Amino acid sequence: MEPFKRTTGVLAPLDRANVDTDQIIPKQFLKRIERSGYGPFLFYDWRRQGGFILDRPEYQGATFLVTGPNFGCGSSREHAAWSLLDAGFRAVIAPSFSDIFKSNGFRSGLLPVELPETAVRQLIDLAVRQPGIEITVDLESSLISLPARGESSGWEADFSVDPFFRECLLNGWDEVALTLRQDADIARYESTRPGWLPISR
Amino acid sequence: MGRTMASKIWDDHRVAAPEGEPDLLYVDLHLVHEVTSPQAFESLRLNDRHVRRPELTLATMDHDVPTRGGRAAADEVAERQMSALEENCRRAGIRLFGMGSARQGIVHVIGPELGLTQPGMLIVCGDSHTSTHGAFGALAFGIGTSEVEHVLATQCLRQRRPRAMAVTVEGALPLGVTAKDVALGIIARIGVEGGRGHVIEYRGSTIRGLSMEGRMTVCNMTIEAGARAGMIAPDETTFAYMKGREYAPRPDQWEAAVASWRALATDAGAGFEHEVAIDAGRLEPYVSWGTNPGQSVPVTGSVPSPSTETDERALRYMALEPGTAMESISIDRVFIGSCTNARLEDLRIAASVVRGHNVHPKVRAMVVPGSASVKRQAESEGLDAIFRDAGFEWRDAGCSMCLGMNPDILRPGERCASTSNRNFEGRQGSGGRTHLVSPPMAAAAAIAGHLVDVREFN
Ligand code: SF4
Repeated sequence: MEPFKRTTGVLAPLDRANVDTDQIIPKQFLKRIERSGYGPFLFYDWRRQGGFILDRPEYQGATFLVTGPNFGCGSSREHAAWSLLDAGFRAVIAPSFSDIFKSNGFRSGLLPVELPETAVRQLIDLAVRQPGIEITVDLESSLISLPARGESSGWEADFSVDPFFRECLLNGWDEVALTLRQDADIARYESTRPGWLPISR
Repeated sequence: MGRTMASKIWDDHRVAAPEGEPDLLYVDLHLVHEVTSPQAFESLRLNDRHVRRPELTLATMDHDVPTRGGRAAADEVAERQMSALEENCRRAGIRLFGMGSARQGIVHVIGPELGLTQPGMLIVCGDSHTSTHGAFGALAFGIGTSEVEHVLATQCLRQRRPRAMAVTVEGALPLGVTAKDVALGIIARIGVEGGRGHVIEYRGSTIRGLSMEGRMTVCNMTIEAGARAGMIAPDETTFAYMKGREYAPRPDQWEAAVASWRALATDAGAGFEHEVAIDAGRLEPYVSWGTNPGQSVPVTGSVPSPSTETDERALRYMALEPGTAMESISIDRVFIGSCTNARLEDLRIAASVVRGHNVHPKVRAMVVPGSASVKRQAESEGLDAIFRDAGFEWRDAGCSMCLGMNPDILRPGERCASTSNRNFEGRQGSGGRTHLVSPPMAAAAAIAGHLVDVREFN
């Protein structure tokens, strides 16, 4: 997993609530057996209808997506996080995420940032009114910021992230490797399991 | 201060609880299917890691299997995914119920029917509807592919303890109202985000009165309310269902197992962070009108006026006008299937509506049993003949048009009454329009050619 420390990039808005994983990456693209290559199919059906906001030239190469509540609801497909990463996104900012999407984000290196609804609204408005605007997401200081420039005043919000996943992301740690070190604990637990529990043989 | 059932199971599975970190939990059963596992196996291989407990893992093929014509009918990419699963399971020594196996079926249908799903277990699968298994008083939830890899390698998962929510449903279900309507009624009430961050425990006389099949339907739909898992305390209904199943505890272990299962129920003094009470007597058969499962109304109702941008989008996609009576909405397709509603009981009740009728000439209707075993049992009871005689297609087991990863899909603009769980845009086929209903409601719609109140039907 690629570490996430501090990144600056274009903010793209998707002003919709309950964006489900079937929209993020439709099922016909789940048949690949690789982890990469999903970017071109991100929001496939919406893009195909034409006029989709993320297709505007100003949002090309965007690094951050700001969107409505309950983002990533629906299926557990991690392909949703992979497709966003593959398309160049490093973080998604929303008032809330579905539990599984959030977990998939942390575990695949796509930072889910939860901000209060009012702050999200301000960011969406900013990204719509000033297309191509860049923000900085700093996981180390847990701060999203937009420097003051010319006429426009700056903008800043802090966010909180589960401290465990924060460490993992900052360091690009491999969670499996961490757990494999706890082999003794696992073996000890295994010796206490009731005898009637099923085995699949 | 007592503990909830979810808390007890959580505590029982804690391998380690490092300060400030998520708990490390032990997984009793890991279910695997062809779509969300290839990248996990691949990553194990790249890192030279092995599967820790293949015998606590079970694989099946369900998501993209063709439902007629056998394996030869699979397209090239589906075939690649199925072969990858076979190869991965062979190398790791994981039991696989592949296409053609008498035990193959939708992962959430076969776990329970084989007796692998048991009270008090911690069960995971790379699939959000893993919540289904909570019907047995197991803690069961969906995980992503990175977690699948983690479980394969360590048989454990790192998780933060979710909050506890109680949904209590009391009273007798009115005639024509099924477990599916209980589920849709709950989601309509608490919303698609209402359960986020929580495990929902379903309680009350209505829930107690449900069969295991009905309980599975309710727990299955829990994810559509945004909750991590749904669960129901095991009781005599649970034990009776389990007894004698292939992987259930052996006779000499049975009493000890049941005694431990009885102790799982939430203690009297335990607190829930949220509590919701539902009066079963006020439930009706529900039909979804929009593009998420919270957008549903009683079948006697009409398409509501949009109150949000999301509602407006949904109406545009569904091509519906506010004020339209739900019962006047014509349909093109009917799908009776999925891990929500394709168990024997579901097929029996649908067949009881269909018997002696014909599918409306402009409707194409299909029944896809949840497992090969459900299919066999249904055939031995003659249900297949009832469906076929009425004009339904009778297919082989799989997820099929629940998500349309196989050839069973809606064409753009087609409208479908479906017993599945998601009415998301394009879920059943790009441009397809899904109305979620119960099995008897789907059966009645197939005959009438439009959405119809099954209570008025016949
Ligand atoms: S039947 Fe549908 S919801 Fe259930 S596992 Fe298959 S695709 Fe998922």
